[in-house]
Amino acid sequence: MSIEAVPTGGADPGQSSVLEVEELAVTFTRRGEAATRAVDGVSFAVAAGETIGLVGESGCGKSVTSLAIMGLLPRRGVQVSGSVRFGGTELVGAADRTLRELRGADMAMVFQDPLSSLNPTVPIGTQVTEVLVEHEDLNRKQATAEAIDLLDRVGIPDPARRLKEYPHQLSGGMRQRALIAMALACSPRLLIADEPTTALDVTIQAQILELLRELVQGSGTALVMITHDLGVVAGLCDRVHVMYAGKIIESADRHDLFARPRQPYTGGLLASVPRLDAGRGTPLTPIRGSARDAIPWAEGCAFAPRCDNAQDDCLTEVSGSTVPLEYDGPGRELRCRHPLTHPPVASGATASGAAR
Amino acid sequence: MTPPEQGTGPLLRVEGLEVHFPIRRGVVFDRTVGHVRAVDGVDLSIDRGTTYGLVGESGCGKSTLGRAVLRLVEPTAGRVVFDGTDVASLAGEPLRHMRRRMQMVFQDPLGSLDPRQNVESLLSEPLRAHGLGGGREGIAAKIRGLLDAVGLPAAALRRYPHEFSGGQRQRIGIARAISLEPDLLIADEPVSALDVSVQAQVVNLLEELQQRLGLTFLVIAHDLAVVRHISDVVGVMYLGSLVEQAPSDAIYDQPLHPYTRALMSAVPVPDPVVEERRERILLAGDLPSPANPPSGCRFHTRCPWRQETRCDDEAPALRELAPGHLVSCHWAEEIRDGRLAPKSPEEVAASQGVSIRATGVADIESDALVQGVDQPIERT
Repeated sequence: MSIEAVPTGGADPGQSSVLEVEELAVTFTRRGEAATRAVDGVSFAVAAGETIGLVGESGCGKSVTSLAIMGLLPRRGVQVSGSVRFGGTELVGAADRTLRELRGADMAMVFQDPLSSLNPTVPIGTQVTEVLVEHEDLNRKQATAEAIDLLDRVGIPDPARRLKEYPHQLSGGMRQRALIAMALACSPRLLIADEPTTALDVTIQAQILELLRELVQGSGTALVMITHDLGVVAGLCDRVHVMYAGKIIESADRHDLFARPRQPYTGGLLASVPRLDAGRGTPLTPIRGSARDAIPWAEGCAFAPRCDNAQDDCLTEVSGSTVPLEYDGPGRELRCRHPLTHPPVASGATASGAAR
Repeated sequence: MTPPEQGTGPLLRVEGLEVHFPIRRGVVFDRTVGHVRAVDGVDLSIDRGTTYGLVGESGCGKSTLGRAVLRLVEPTAGRVVFDGTDVASLAGEPLRHMRRRMQMVFQDPLGSLDPRQNVESLLSEPLRAHGLGGGREGIAAKIRGLLDAVGLPAAALRRYPHEFSGGQRQRIGIARAISLEPDLLIADEPVSALDVSVQAQVVNLLEELQQRLGLTFLVIAHDLAVVRHISDVVGVMYLGSLVEQAPSDAIYDQPLHPYTRALMSAVPVPDPVVEERRERILLAGDLPSPANPPSGCRFHTRCPWRQETRCDDEAPALRELAPGHLVSCHWAEEIRDGRLAPKSPEEVAASQGVSIRATGVADIESDALVQGVDQPIERT
């Protein structure tokens, strides 16, 4: 475990990170209104073949983070600061041309809603081959052959026929597969999946997750998985970053995180999800209030108004400083002054999980 | 008028319920070219004060079943017996009175609340419509009680739905549903639109209300973990019919139908240790079109345990394998005892030909159901 104990987040040239995000902040401004800080100093890194999870509830800034990395946010009214390095190239403030060359070829994204991210008036085949023709220097014929191969790889039956069909003729799971095929067309080094299974049924979700798992293991793609579903994270991600109100509040390996959550928010999330393997009588312990109750980070811990562990020094006014993201044991980082404590000797399952 | 069984026995009995939606074509001539069999012969009964959880994937007909019980859609055939009275036989005023006793909580809390009505008006409307509550003061007092019951401040009265968060809106929806003191509450995906931390609050609220008011619940959801948490009896639907029904713990301890097993193995558990160990049954392909359901057992096109005999041509009946545990599978005992081995999804897909989805004339129209639009096709 100590070998793995490389503090992530800081500059770490030793590991071959595909993507390094440092102090990324996104501010939305609108005339006549106070600026909104959707993402506030987020740092993480992804290595080749690694899967990291960004977890949080709606409005915590996880999707904006992914859009900022891809450079897909509009210019107007949006300020992006910090640094996003993709294989040594700085992406924040990069020219449109550079981004265009990278997007689709080296870094790709799978969106949440497959119907609204596919063009309804263009057949699937054209949409898949478009990427190949643009980036891979293939002619139409080669691209079509490649597209059939891609659709086959992501598990779409009868791909040659599907190429001529329009998005509305495919089922939800198939559309998501088509979208994944498009994202994988040029074997990207980085894949960002923004809630790829939220719109799908559980049996289809299982198929898509299996597909993503195979991709990461087979091709060494770095995968950033953005989701609100802790179950998906538990099965797929190597490292998990929990976000709340625009900041990462806890980072850990998945075994550590689920066995011993330290941030009261993480613990609260885990306690409030009904589990399939728990009995009917098991009570749920919800978190008080809703994400709307967050206070600005400058005034203290944003989660303090909903937190059961909160004390006076969670507020900046009392402690004199904002709550920092600090080293919290090997491979872990935590933003909390009064974390959950766990007995030092963990149960059998937990210990074996943590010592992986 | 009052049948003898009123007040005893199960509160709701559904017998052979069928809801078919016609598929229409043509501009000048309105031809019916087929039917979407959204609900195709469902029997179930719900005891007083218990919770029946109905699970299934989108397009399996669970929402339509819930609506047909309330007669928000007309059943094609079958009976819905509520407290001894056949709801399907009622019309006009008696139906309106019956509906007071069965209320619904909808999935989308924003879509089911009128954006131009404030909370006071939203909550007093059902009371006025049924002439309950006892005048202006009576209604005002009653509404305050309702808000209190669902955990909203009295200041909420003057506000409009858009001013609330998702969880609070769902609380308003629940308050409206219980305002008439119903006996049966049908909750269609009550928490699926909510954030995880808020889901638990609403689930707890529903449980608390059930205990306090002695409500009977029919909870329709796709989330097996939520259903397991609140239900006494769970029914699993696939393509318009029940494939398995059992007490909550029994169905999760020992699912007997292959579809139930696959469904359960697909639900991610927020625990990496469990995730790495548990068995995973991947299903091949998508849900077939309910306009053109497969012959025999409807699950045979995706079933990893499909056998050469019986599955393709003989529709299995719902059989009782253990007390209260009903399953519709020819091979349930063999699968339970491990005498049959599952096949991989690739083998299943191969044995069913290349295309897994049913193709046919009615394919495109019925797509809405396959694609997870959980709403019946409107009849014009």
